[in-house]
Amino acid sequence: MDIPVYLDNNATTPMDPRVLDAMIPYFTQKFGNAASRNHAFGWVAEEAIDYAREAVAKLIGANEKEIIFTSGATESDNLAIKGVFEMYKDKGNHIITCITEHKAVLDTCKHLEKLGAEVTYLPVNSDGLIDLDLLEQSMTERTILVSIMYGNNEIGIIQPIKQISDIAHKHGALFFTDGVQAVGKIPVDVIADGIDIMAFTAHKMYGPKGVGALYVRRKNPRVKVTAQMDGGGHERGMRSGTMNVPGIVGFGKACELSRLEMADDAKRLSVLRDKLESGLTVLEESYVNGNREHRLPHVANISFKYVEGEGLMMAMKDLAVSSGSACTSASLEPSYVLKGLGLSDDLAHSSIRFGLGRFTTEEEVDFAIQQTKTAVNHLRDLSPLWEMFKEGIDLDSIEWAEH
Amino acid sequence: MAYSDKVIDHYTHPRNVGTLDKSKNNVGTGLVGAPECGDVMRLQIEVDENNVITDAKFKTFGCGSAIASSSLATEWLKGKNIDDAMTIDNMDIVEELALPPVKIHCSVLAEDAIKAAINDYRVKNGLEAIVSEKTHH
Ligand SMILES: Cc1ncc(COP(=O)(O)O)c(C=O)c1O
Repeated sequence: MDIPVYLDNNATTPMDPRVLDAMIPYFTQKFGNAASRNHAFGWVAEEAIDYAREAVAKLIGANEKEIIFTSGATESDNLAIKGVFEMYKDKGNHIITCITEHKAVLDTCKHLEKLGAEVTYLPVNSDGLIDLDLLEQSMTERTILVSIMYGNNEIGIIQPIKQISDIAHKHGALFFTDGVQAVGKIPVDVIADGIDIMAFTAHKMYGPKGVGALYVRRKNPRVKVTAQMDGGGHERGMRSGTMNVPGIVGFGKACELSRLEMADDAKRLSVLRDKLESGLTVLEESYVNGNREHRLPHVANISFKYVEGEGLMMAMKDLAVSSGSACTSASLEPSYVLKGLGLSDDLAHSSIRFGLGRFTTEEEVDFAIQQTKTAVNHLRDLSPLWEMFKEGIDLDSIEWAEH
Repeated sequence: MAYSDKVIDHYTHPRNVGTLDKSKNNVGTGLVGAPECGDVMRLQIEVDENNVITDAKFKTFGCGSAIASSSLATEWLKGKNIDDAMTIDNMDIVEELALPPVKIHCSVLAEDAIKAAINDYRVKNGLEAIVSEKTHH
């Protein structure tokens, strides 16, 4: 077992060595520009991209013509939302999204508000799911897009995608989903799920960083997005720029591996995740955040009350995890996702996200349980809040000096 | 962000963790910060008849730098006269622990905790609380 143990697979995943093997020739011998139509170097590159595009499409049940390659999901989120806003502005200017989306979605929406968009930010229930009735009530004649993520990156909950797309379509709007955390981890099928546009990225599924895709539906309905990058007209005019051939080849390979191994990975990881969770919730005053039924198989987000997340991570120095606390930012604001669930600030500050992955072993999970327990107990010994709790003092009865 | 060696040392081997009997007249307690902000410090001093601090204890809910700042504060307080202790400045802590700018608030909190503990002792013993003219916030 290597130390530190990596349990932050929602931030990024290590690349699968099989992906690297597939990519290597495309850096050196097969370096051609896929747009070079007149010689073998270009043809080889183009062929590799076609092959990868097919593998990417197949993973999500799409046609290869519906895949636009980008530099990652941030770009895909931007292209989808800004592209729809521009393309469909005659139809309306209203976009519906949700407060627990990734910043790449939220900040894009905020940007569009300055350009005349009207945006509804739906709240979520205490388990992280949106309220479908509220979504339905928020739809108007001017609604052009509903943008709700598939799986949440902090708590791992899975939104009711099919029901959301049905509501969007019933009211004549398109449905876009940020599928970053779900694609390659659980079955995602754009037809069955009724997805019109979807963003996803290679580096969260054992592929390389810096390459992603946007699925754009071509039939029932035919969807178009206005390009946000002008130039040579690559990717059916929706995304100009010389193709990142090695990256795309790696993305294709990663998609192929996920398609073949996802079911086994998911089964194994959910067992490990459950072991981790039950091993840690034996600690007093520890709480699992987010819906426990509708969620990704490999994520656990747990709050350990009366200890602060960043301090806790420092004690878990042999574990690479992440925290909902943000003691480093000037604002000291804890995770907006956890706050969106209605968690009090102190519980949000006390949260740790464990993200398991294809290469996580049972030995590592056992180690994580033991390290985390030791760290929580150590910090509780240092915590005045823990002492007060143990003495039966109601912390809400104290007048804290906010600073 | 990497922590300095001194922060790591105080964090791993915190000095003077514990609790003094706050009902005693010669014990001053300072409780500062708020759980919502992600840090709460409780700093306590025990003072002898010559106004010299003979013991100091802390407990802190917060990040590594907050724990280190309060641990360091207890070390500095022991043996100091309460008037000298009142002059401990947060920037001394920043310097000693090599805190980066985003962690300066941890040192501010430690200074506030020191002043609150001393004032608690003063008021208990019929002395006036000293209001600091320094404003951080
Ligand atoms: C839900 C979600 N959307 C978008 C992104 C951004 O993806 P990328 O790093 O490929 O730009 C991430 C990853 O940080 C994510 O978790």
